[in-house]
Amino acid sequence: MQQLIYFFQKFKYFLFFLLLQLIALTLIFNNLDFHKSKFINSASVVTGGLYSGSSNISEYFSLKSENKILAEENVRLKNLLEHNISINLDIDSTMIDSIKYHQKYTFTSAKIIKNSYSKSFNFITINKGRNQGIEKEMAVINSKGVIGITDNTSGGYARIQSILNKNSKINARLKNTNYFGSLSWDGKNYSVVQLADIPRQAPLKIGDTIETDGKSAIFPEGILIGTISEINKGNTADNKVNVTLFNDMSNLGYVYVIKNFHKEEIKALENLENE
Amino acid sequence: MNNKTVHLVTSFFFLLFLQVFVLNNILFLDYINPYLYIAFVFLYPLKENRFSFLFYSFLLGLLIDFFSDTGGIHAFSILSIAYVRLFFIKLYFKKVTADYPFFDLKLEPFGKVFNYIVTLTIIHHLIYFSFINFSLQNFSDVLLNTLFSGIFTLVLYFLGTYIFMKSQ
Repeated sequence: MQQLIYFFQKFKYFLFFLLLQLIALTLIFNNLDFHKSKFINSASVVTGGLYSGSSNISEYFSLKSENKILAEENVRLKNLLEHNISINLDIDSTMIDSIKYHQKYTFTSAKIIKNSYSKSFNFITINKGRNQGIEKEMAVINSKGVIGITDNTSGGYARIQSILNKNSKINARLKNTNYFGSLSWDGKNYSVVQLADIPRQAPLKIGDTIETDGKSAIFPEGILIGTISEINKGNTADNKVNVTLFNDMSNLGYVYVIKNFHKEEIKALENLENE
Repeated sequence: MNNKTVHLVTSFFFLLFLQVFVLNNILFLDYINPYLYIAFVFLYPLKENRFSFLFYSFLLGLLIDFFSDTGGIHAFSILSIAYVRLFFIKLYFKKVTADYPFFDLKLEPFGKVFNYIVTLTIIHHLIYFSFINFSLQNFSDVLLNTLFSGIFTLVLYFLGTYIFMKSQ
């Protein structure tokens, strides 16, 4: 017994050090796990509040580019609208307000209050949370393309696992075809992501557009991602393709969070299949 | 609350907010960033009892983790150098327990202080970037990051101490 006390006496600092290191390690490993990260994240009330305060100041510096992006998006949407109107006129029948019954997605706009892109596991914080209907595993995009998936929410803030995170996997396909692969990031260059497992017979060319395919219950179909910048000619197993993002991930302002009304239904169905 | 405690508490929060709101946004050439908050380990007075020192260092790291979504990586790396600090003080400055209350970095010769600070900074950055990378791939990136960010941190630290020393 005396020896035990002597042991504790002698190594008390080391034991205290080990205890704290163990806590830190647990937090590190939990943070890397998409389903467990709960404790340490920037979506809490205190950190979220401080970040939104600081971004209130810094957003003035990017007003010009933000306005330009909005104008560009307006042009694109107006063109789409024009296109739709002309189609409807051609068909010309009694239009039924189908929006209420067949709406699958709803969009919420939010402001990024903290962004990171230089690490291997990047997260983004936005200023909308559970009170505004944001939940875990919802898609986040902006007018230029995919940003990430929400992974943690508090009352007023939410944390997004950016596509620039080694844990992120998103279904993507070649535009106008049904060849699909999974999109991930190797942690090197923040404007280039990797598309793996796309079939060999897919007619890939440099400059081709990559977009999301509607196969996951998170992202809607046809959200832009980027263009192919490098095709792996070697015969590696996973047939990797480099994709340059449309988005400049180091310069993000406002985003849309997408909620899929059918997600629960799709998930329930898929789980049934697994059993 | 004497003068020294007030000084420590202010520097704790000053370093925290400086790191989170200013230095984390520098990203020179997209990845070089100074991590000046480890100056807390250099500033904290040397004492016989190390529990409070270890705990406050851990807390500072943890608070920075809260802000930068890094799990517990900052806490882990700052606690590591906080623990090995005593070993390097004994190694470089040849101090015994009786000297602890009088130990002051400002009074030591610059060469020794430089070695001491550089060693601790490199250890901290190496641990930090290894965990940030979290794999053995791209290990050359870890070493490059450690080198460049370490130089950045050291330049800022020595500039800072020079400026504050002059004003006193």
